[in-house]
Amino acid sequence: MLAFILRRLMQSTGVLFVMSLLVFFGVYAIGNPVDILVNPNADQQDIARAIAELGLDQPLHLQYWHFLTSALSGDLGRSFSTGIPALELIFQRMPATLELAAASMAIAIVFGIPLGLYAGLRPESRIAKGIMAGSILGFSLPTFWVGLMLIMVFSVWLGWLPPTGRGDTVELFGVAVSFLTLDGWSHLLLPATNLALFNLALLIRLTRAGTREVMVQDYIRFARAKGLRDSRIIGVHVLKNILIPIVTIVGLEFGSVIAFAVVTESIFAWPGMGKLLIDSINQLDRPVIVAYVLLIVLMFVLINLVEDVLYSMLDPRIRLADAGAAR
Amino acid sequence: MPSLRRVTTIVVLLLAAALIAGQPAPARGQELSIGLSAAITSMDPHFHNLSPNNNVMEHLYETLVAKDGSYRLRPGLAESWRTVDDLTWEFRLRKGVRFHDGSDFTAADVVASLRRAPNVPKSPSSFGIYTRQIADVQVIDPFTIRVRTKTPYPLLPNDLSTIYVISAKHEKASTEDFNAGRAVNGTGPWRFVRWQLDDRIELARNDSYWGPKPAWERATLRIIAKDPTRVAALLAGDVRAIENVPTADIARLALNKELTLARGISNRFIYLHMDSARDRSPFIADASGKPMEKNPLKDVRVRRAMSMAVNRQALADKVMEGAAVPTGQLLPPGLFGYVPGIRPPAYDPDGARRLLAEAGYPDGFTITLHAPNDRYVNDEQVAQAVAGMLSKVGIRTRVEAMPSAVFFSRANNLEFSFLLAGWAAATGEASSSLRSLLSTFDRDKGLGVSNRGRYSNAKVDQLTEKGLATLNDAAREKLFQAATEAAIADVGLIPLYHQVGVWGMRRGLGYTARTDEATWAHEFSLEK
Repeated sequence: MLAFILRRLMQSTGVLFVMSLLVFFGVYAIGNPVDILVNPNADQQDIARAIAELGLDQPLHLQYWHFLTSALSGDLGRSFSTGIPALELIFQRMPATLELAAASMAIAIVFGIPLGLYAGLRPESRIAKGIMAGSILGFSLPTFWVGLMLIMVFSVWLGWLPPTGRGDTVELFGVAVSFLTLDGWSHLLLPATNLALFNLALLIRLTRAGTREVMVQDYIRFARAKGLRDSRIIGVHVLKNILIPIVTIVGLEFGSVIAFAVVTESIFAWPGMGKLLIDSINQLDRPVIVAYVLLIVLMFVLINLVEDVLYSMLDPRIRLADAGAAR
Repeated sequence: MPSLRRVTTIVVLLLAAALIAGQPAPARGQELSIGLSAAITSMDPHFHNLSPNNNVMEHLYETLVAKDGSYRLRPGLAESWRTVDDLTWEFRLRKGVRFHDGSDFTAADVVASLRRAPNVPKSPSSFGIYTRQIADVQVIDPFTIRVRTKTPYPLLPNDLSTIYVISAKHEKASTEDFNAGRAVNGTGPWRFVRWQLDDRIELARNDSYWGPKPAWERATLRIIAKDPTRVAALLAGDVRAIENVPTADIARLALNKELTLARGISNRFIYLHMDSARDRSPFIADASGKPMEKNPLKDVRVRRAMSMAVNRQALADKVMEGAAVPTGQLLPPGLFGYVPGIRPPAYDPDGARRLLAEAGYPDGFTITLHAPNDRYVNDEQVAQAVAGMLSKVGIRTRVEAMPSAVFFSRANNLEFSFLLAGWAAATGEASSSLRSLLSTFDRDKGLGVSNRGRYSNAKVDQLTEKGLATLNDAAREKLFQAATEAAIADVGLIPLYHQVGVWGMRRGLGYTARTDEATWAHEFSLEK
């Protein structure tokens, strides 16, 4: 298992290198950040000074070389627009995004699996049909529209929940978190729900499909014949057997929820990493964009790794091996 | 599983305790929260010369010379100033002003600020452009300084109205020290409480402020960049005021009895720039689509025809939904250098067609109008409308809109033939626009930086440069007016309209719209 993990990590450094190259040169091709950052009233002399301050006067391959050498020592550069180290900027925002992502995944799991189970167990009932119809909406309605509707209904009309921002935060192990205060929860609920809708629908459908497949299997019939209670059949035998695809999806979706919470974050003015990425792209803030992309790649690599390990625990028949591994 | 149940109980109890402990209770009546549309990049007042940053710094810091809502200079930390000779200015400083940490404000703080402002490391846009004219600063006594300029320079007070005065003890402070709040120590009406990047700036009233004190004990400036969200936050009462009400919502908010709107003309004007220098321009073709040997935009009659073909009133009423005022020049009325005689050109499509025919283009030509799509209010839609109007008189115009990150790089590289952009005269007087947009591009003199059409007119250059060296206010204004008239008569660019700034707030609040589009918490009034 250790060899497997090591080999995976080696492969991922290659991926990181290629990604850094692509993003570095890609952002360079879009335009010159100084044209955005410099005050319009600056004159040629001042613009030249800003270009030199940001190190943009050097040839591109040299800029990349500087980036690469300092990246190896853990320094991914400073944001052009704020002068703050790119990693610091990202880690400052990370708790907000992780919290949002975790809350949204929790909502998706807590509601998605029971609803999907129900729809799978009683597929012909009217409620089940309602659940399935609702899940189609969850797939197809655009996130930004649903977000605005949530704000309109729950904040503007009903006045129950605040529409924007993160609310009060409390320090937990040195990290600012908002899920420990009532105010924090009230701010978290709407964006988390908005972000959860897609995955909620996905989990409902996955669970339902899995349940229907498993329910007709022989071992379920044997369990029934043995006289086991329904709750035990469903809670142990059904759930355990449909969990593998669900774990896969939850893992992957957790990654993408973190990486692409952009829309929800900007609609709810949630100070997370996604908003940082968008702002950085708009300002061609290359160090932040590169650092962000590298971190996300790393995150997906780790999630995949954890998933593979989890599989082998859920199903002992699965052995850890990858394409390059000796069989 | 009893152990699991016990763990659950403990977790629930802990959560409940935390919920009760973390309960906030802000006094609503004494706190003003404002939704701003753009994030700031630093708490260092000299790090990044950017309007959103400067807007926030105005709460914490002051400048020697202050500007009122229509850009007239008035005493700030300097009570008065005068010229001693052509090169020397004397500023008398205000006595009894204290920094937030309690120390007294004196000449040494001004000297330190002027030294620090142009030299902040890694600054993406420094304040050096406003201190470059200064040869040296002399302290006469703790409340009198003399500033000598390299050449006679009438705009010194304007330039000094942008340099925030920090305490001398923080001259060596790094940008990190400011960002962490350690070095934030101004003389302004608000004290610094907290800054959360991209989220909020929290302020507390400075009760020892020398000037009129804010009507509020605390203020929170919230960053809510998305237009619909900012409006929703106002409607839901999450914030009590917002800036930049999107044009699509103005009518609806105006009808809402819970809200009040404040509007005022901004000094930002939207204009069209034409490539009037090159013989062959990249995006111009004749009626049949062949690239043209001769650049029609070099002919003033063609440029004038284009200006006449644009229905500015329709742009203001329809596309901008009333949040614009048509213009034919560079500044709104009341600013230094405004020419009362120049009216917005009348909409005259027939006249435009005649002029085009006279210039030798009876069949018109085809051209591409490039515009940003995320920089100015409704920028892409305005470009589309302009293209429609030009096409009607025979100049078949295609619009290509793009994010400003791409647009400005390409525009500065002179990749376009015809572009839409905006300009706000940062100094609040005519030389800002004349210098950057209409003067001949000259790297050494620092002129024509944003002259993306490379317009060049010796008369405009000469009048502008003469004005920039004329200390007498009345004489200088005449020179700038003459330069403006010459450039407009020659259609160096096509001014379209001035934007109108719109603020929305709960009823009971008041705000006087500022020409510089600034949103200052201390200028929000409270009716009781």
